[in-house]
Amino acid sequence: MSDLLSPALILVISALLTGILRGHWRTALILLAPVATLWAVWQVPDGVMSTVTFLGYQIEPVEGSALRRLFATIFAIMTFAGGLYAFRHARWYELAAAQAYAAGAIGVCFAGDLITMFIYWEMMALFSTIIVWCGGTPAARAAGIRYAIMHLLGGIILKVGIEGVAVHTGSIDIQPMLASNFDTWMLLIGILINAAAPPVSAWLADAYPESSPTGSVFLSAFTTKTAVLALILLFPGEPILIWVGLYMVMYGIIYALLENDARRILAYSIVNQVGFMVCAIGIGTQTALNGAAGHAFAHIIYKALLFMSAGVVIYRTGKTKCTDLGGLYRTMPTTTICGIVGALAISGFPLTSGFVTKTLVSQAAVDQSLLVVYFLLAAASAGVFLHAGIKFPWFVFFQKDSGMRPKDAPWNMAAAMVFLSLLCILIGVFPNVFYQLLPYPVDYQPYTASKVVFYLQLLLFSGLAFFLLLPLMRRTRTISLDTDWFWRVALSSVANKSAQVLSGLGNRIELSLGQNLAKVRVKMARFFDTQSKYKGSDNVHSFRSQPIGQTALWIAVLLTAYVLVYYL
Amino acid sequence: MNDSSDENWLVRPSTIRLLWRVSIVVLALTVLAQLIVKIKGYFVIDGWFGFAALFGFLACLAMVLVAKFLAVFLKRDENYYNDRIDDE
Repeated sequence: MSDLLSPALILVISALLTGILRGHWRTALILLAPVATLWAVWQVPDGVMSTVTFLGYQIEPVEGSALRRLFATIFAIMTFAGGLYAFRHARWYELAAAQAYAAGAIGVCFAGDLITMFIYWEMMALFSTIIVWCGGTPAARAAGIRYAIMHLLGGIILKVGIEGVAVHTGSIDIQPMLASNFDTWMLLIGILINAAAPPVSAWLADAYPESSPTGSVFLSAFTTKTAVLALILLFPGEPILIWVGLYMVMYGIIYALLENDARRILAYSIVNQVGFMVCAIGIGTQTALNGAAGHAFAHIIYKALLFMSAGVVIYRTGKTKCTDLGGLYRTMPTTTICGIVGALAISGFPLTSGFVTKTLVSQAAVDQSLLVVYFLLAAASAGVFLHAGIKFPWFVFFQKDSGMRPKDAPWNMAAAMVFLSLLCILIGVFPNVFYQLLPYPVDYQPYTASKVVFYLQLLLFSGLAFFLLLPLMRRTRTISLDTDWFWRVALSSVANKSAQVLSGLGNRIELSLGQNLAKVRVKMARFFDTQSKYKGSDNVHSFRSQPIGQTALWIAVLLTAYVLVYYL
Repeated sequence: MNDSSDENWLVRPSTIRLLWRVSIVVLALTVLAQLIVKIKGYFVIDGWFGFAALFGFLACLAMVLVAKFLAVFLKRDENYYNDRIDDE
């Protein structure tokens, strides 16, 4: 029986208890449940543990492999770090939703079949929407609704794909496939929507920055990375992913360069980083898939760290715009240093986690002699340093003096940031220990003098470019239009226009219908000679204003007619 | 911590001058390191002297210029969407 229980269930129970328990008990629950989950994750052996038959399908609730455990491990670590960061400041329902959201992500990790995956997938959509709503502002409510619609739509497309695959192949196993027919394309598109792939990348930067300072830490970790895992499991070596990934990489950089909101910069850089992973999955060799999985692991840590440092700034100052921030290093040294560690890690500086994982992806491109991909990835690495590595810490903590002297991070937030900073550095300093966790054996040495000098040149001269081009990057109080314009403006005005036209049309139809019905009714009333009040043309108006009465009358007439016909 | 902000060591003009000088020396050293360390070029040109430095710089320049160009079409006031909601 225990073979059927996913490690995700620990967090489901913990989420349920979060609402019931109070005070220290709740704190203990939030910090210990992820630790228990981590333990349970490492008890899952390789292979399918057991199957049950449900509606004629072979359901495999728990299937283990090195890759699945790797993702579940980082999700459990993130749930712990996020819980530590949030437990004193977030409301209980945000904490509960975060645990349920993480449970969904871990459930996807161990799902052996597409139906189980789909259920956990939708669980994530549901609870991540609640976290967006926990932002508490009208903007967060609106963004949450857009977010929910996007993910439910993605869920439907995924469901269409799953059902197609199930009907046409008779198997709901999670196994490598290529996008070769309608079913697999739907499956791929459904997953890519969660990965924030074009043309709907905009949902991410629309929703995440509207959540609470604590909520964005959780949001940054799970949805896009479970999509990466699903792509590794289902579509390794799908060639189109190389170009989808490269587009995401460049999209993230360009939009982040234009952005003024600190958390939105980080949101765009999620798309950028997931682009590296998607590109690697498209390359599809063992080195590439190691790179994608390893980079997802490293990315979750440093991106959460960056969102944490931005969250502390918002918590202390209430401001998120680069134009309002600046000079905070004076009174927020811990937050500044942790933010810089995260920024260096995302840029892939030597001795940080980003370096040992991102260069794996580049190596995979080299091994396959993909010249264009290799140089675009190198350019993107420079661009990451530009938009996230320097731009984020520079505009938030340095640049001008905003005059604000906020206190540094509360102790629990500082502890969470230091914990993740140490992980960033430890993975960067001891890559060989980390490489043992990767799904395939690693025959790769990141720290050769040649590579270190190459990347130092690349990154430091990008830094030079940033400071020389600073006049071109002056922050303005602006946003950049994205594809979400189509559903936020174009679609809504089309909807408004057509609603007007339809309601005009409807009124006219109702009017003429009402008049005709009234005439018929008057005639019938005369015919049956029942109630004298139906006589006379003045009553025409009362019919029009009482559509329900009208309907009821017509139903009565039809039923009478039916009964008459039946008995005759 | 000294409260008069302009006295903060990091924003003094002398510190900034020093930082620029140190940075330029470090930048030069990363390129000159290629005299000792041979960079293994996977596609020939990436092994050239100072290739990564030039490539990184030009890539950033290109991206900033592309962003600037796209901004002409894409930039809107930050209340663009909020104003639309108020209109309705």
